[in-house]
Amino acid sequence: MSDSIVPASGPEAEQAGFVRPGLGELFVAFVKVALSSFGGALPWARRMIVDQKGWMTSQEFNEAFALAQFLPGPNVVNFSVVFGARFGGAAGAATAFLGLMLPPLVIVVVLAMLYARYGDLAALSRTLAGVTCAAVGLLIAVIAKMAMPLFTKRWDWAPIVAIIAFVGVALLRWPLPYVFLGLAPVSVALAWYRG
Amino acid sequence: MHDNVLITLAAYFASLSLFAIGGANAAIPDMQRIAVDVMHWMTAKQFADSFAIAQISPGPNVIIVALIGYHVAGFAGAGVAAVAMCGPTCVLAFVVSRVWDRFKRARWRVALQNGLVPLSLGLIAASAFVIARITDHNVAAALVTVVTAVVAYTTRLNPLWLFAAGGVIGFAGLV
Repeated sequence: MSDSIVPASGPEAEQAGFVRPGLGELFVAFVKVALSSFGGALPWARRMIVDQKGWMTSQEFNEAFALAQFLPGPNVVNFSVVFGARFGGAAGAATAFLGLMLPPLVIVVVLAMLYARYGDLAALSRTLAGVTCAAVGLLIAVIAKMAMPLFTKRWDWAPIVAIIAFVGVALLRWPLPYVFLGLAPVSVALAWYRG
Repeated sequence: MHDNVLITLAAYFASLSLFAIGGANAAIPDMQRIAVDVMHWMTAKQFADSFAIAQISPGPNVIIVALIGYHVAGFAGAGVAAVAMCGPTCVLAFVVSRVWDRFKRARWRVALQNGLVPLSLGLIAASAFVIARITDHNVAAALVTVVTAVVAYTTRLNPLWLFAAGGVIGFAGLV
């Protein structure tokens, strides 16, 4: 498949400026998203795909991202597959995924080698401990943002499910698959019947 | 022996993959349970360090599985862990993306999504708890965590600055 720019088919083709990326472009785009994303790749993916390349409208992006969030696993990894599949089928999905994962994998392996060699250095150990404290703080901010809509509405099943999942996994150290298989059907049923 | 370790890594991360509702951060406690408590692949401190390295590396946070894999079985371990953790969800994402338009407004789809959000929240909160228990063992460390949480919640500051600040405070020997 060539890297040439072919006009998109479907409704968006009528709007001038919407283009369909080739596999090479797709790969480069996701390499860029991967390398510029720290603490969440969503804003970078949006900037690249909607603002810079014009491969999707903002609403199309939101819908594709909603699907990626709906699926298990890392959202941005799912997004790369959904986006790639849309523009290039299985080859497109694989290309976008590899663009997203290969550069971080290489970088992290280099870091792992350095860590294996220097991880015992007291200064490095202290520095990483400080970074870890900050990383936990970032996680807490994410949790607070997620919890706000659940806990500020009337006290209902949702906060109880969250608390049971927390207690089971964090305090009782139950395996994740058991917690999931035990809680998910109940939680989804409650969402179905109680809204 | 080496092959056995790779098979164990592949089987574990592939089975974890589909339960990571809410992304890699939802699966951190289980990774810690297996890597530290059950398999004794690494110490708690090494696990927390891997979490930190994955956070400051560019790209998806799920890359922590490659750090665990590398620690256990070198390059092959890193590759096997990454492929096992992403493979099943990628295949699922590919398949679902083909039929998504048909059911994206279906009531069961909405219920499924709404039902999984609180579960995901509980799991991510468990991650923060598990890592904090390893790393936040004095007042200064807890303070770094709390201040970072407040700054990250109230501003849109690039997280790299917060990691850098945490790193500098750690290097200075305060946590």
